[in-house]
Amino acid sequence: MSPGRTEEPLERRAVISGIGQSQIGRRLGRSDLDLTLEAGLVAIADAGLRPEDIDGLSTYPGMGSGTGGFAGPTTPEVQDALGLSLNWHDGGGEGAGQMRAVIAASLAVAAGLARHVLVYRTVSEGTAQGTGGRQGIGGTGGGGRGVPRFGGFLQWSLPYGAVSAVNWIAMVGQRRVHEFGLTREQLGQIAVNGRRNAALNPNAVYREPLSLDDYLAARMISSPLCLFDCDAPCDGSTAVVVSHRDVTPDLDHPAVHINAVGTALRGRPSWDQYEDMTTMAASDAAASMWERTELTPTDVDTAQLYDGFSMLAVVWLEALGFCGRGESGPFIEGGTAIAREGVLPLNTAGGQLSGGRLHGFGLIHEACVQLRGEGGPRQVVRPGGRAVEVAAVANGGGPIAGTMLLTRGIR
Amino acid sequence: MLANGPSFRLLPQLSDDNRFFWTSGQEGVLRILRCDDCHFYIHPPGPICRRCRSRHVTPQIVSGRGHVETFSINYQQWIPGSEPYAIAWVSLDEQPSVRLTTNLVDVEPDDIRVGLEVAVEFEHHEDVYIPVFRPVSVLEAS
Repeated sequence: MSPGRTEEPLERRAVISGIGQSQIGRRLGRSDLDLTLEAGLVAIADAGLRPEDIDGLSTYPGMGSGTGGFAGPTTPEVQDALGLSLNWHDGGGEGAGQMRAVIAASLAVAAGLARHVLVYRTVSEGTAQGTGGRQGIGGTGGGGRGVPRFGGFLQWSLPYGAVSAVNWIAMVGQRRVHEFGLTREQLGQIAVNGRRNAALNPNAVYREPLSLDDYLAARMISSPLCLFDCDAPCDGSTAVVVSHRDVTPDLDHPAVHINAVGTALRGRPSWDQYEDMTTMAASDAAASMWERTELTPTDVDTAQLYDGFSMLAVVWLEALGFCGRGESGPFIEGGTAIAREGVLPLNTAGGQLSGGRLHGFGLIHEACVQLRGEGGPRQVVRPGGRAVEVAAVANGGGPIAGTMLLTRGIR
Repeated sequence: MLANGPSFRLLPQLSDDNRFFWTSGQEGVLRILRCDDCHFYIHPPGPICRRCRSRHVTPQIVSGRGHVETFSINYQQWIPGSEPYAIAWVSLDEQPSVRLTTNLVDVEPDDIRVGLEVAVEFEHHEDVYIPVFRPVSVLEAS
């Protein structure tokens, strides 16, 4: 914790008391709301609660955010479907990555606005894209040719065929190649490690073996990123219940405590203008998290770092201080350090690259699974047989970043 | 040789804030918004200087010279029929903190490196003049 801070960070009054996931798959053909209710009811029961106990709802990104299975149902839709009586609800796409919905819930609980908040993130991009329903990024106005034109930040990249996040992240990646000598053999370990872990996760969308040779032979999408550097759209919902910590004695499993959150945005909020092209907002969010805790990177037993693209996990490894600036390549080389038996077990359910694009919340779910010791064959056991006690979770990339430290019990 | 960009260019929606940027190429020059008081360049353009908060900001002609800060060769056919093309972030020599996402034109993949010196030119589509960049070495050779 930063010198001079005397008050306990408010997020520590909150715990994740229950977790749940729906069926997860590439193309399920089920509605967003259906998936959300499945995950939500599992999470509520897991917390030892009934729907009548839920008095808060929170989601990312909320109403009007994107198309093609990206947004999931709104909080009013879920409220109505479950017949909830809410004291607080919130949905939004701006803030500390996808986990902003969990952070908002923790602060609502700390402020007494609600006692038990159901937080969910639901995607059905697999089905939407499979049925041709993906409309892409919305444009406005009319140009000639009957093609929409684009304002806002997209106007600076779309005319150049930089139309996907993979293009923007590829720029970060090439800068890392230039500054730090990052190699494809090093980067490939993020995908290979994820797939190795996904083999032990029955809910992962890709479980067949992936070797480094497979990775190196894959077609390029946007250099230096190849097919296996990109996650896959899928269908699924993840839900957690965020409760005030005074409920923890009632749980039949270890409570997952929120120790600190990282929410900062200090540099320029765009891909191409951020001052340090190799880190971007991840370094801001990470710095602000470490300012709120006595824990340090060496206390972390497992890291669940956003890997919508492999390069983002590399960025987070450095931003969170698990290795020095520019040292992530050697750190991940060979895959030993990030394996389940390594110094920093990474993305132990397969991450998004192999687990599917549950958009940040799959990583939060897995952090809770590991802290509760419920990982089964993929459960991390630390040297000396010690249980997982501290997990770091990171969401987002580029100008969007949020991070959390979760602990088993109060630290 | 790489293509000079995607096979089909999506175009910006022009507004009072961005029109100068996207149409300046009609005169063969690049303009960037600059603070009249502290001379800081502001990009993307907006109504205030982000350094001194002056409200007095005006588009100014810049040299159009810059350097490649990073790049990617796009292979994926987001737009059907596109051949591989080079996307780059180019920093402007007047103020390297200003970067433009752009395409590099008339280049081979092996020609491209971080630090490559480039100069602006424009591709005209409808009412828009899209700034793209060409290696200065190619210009001098011709």
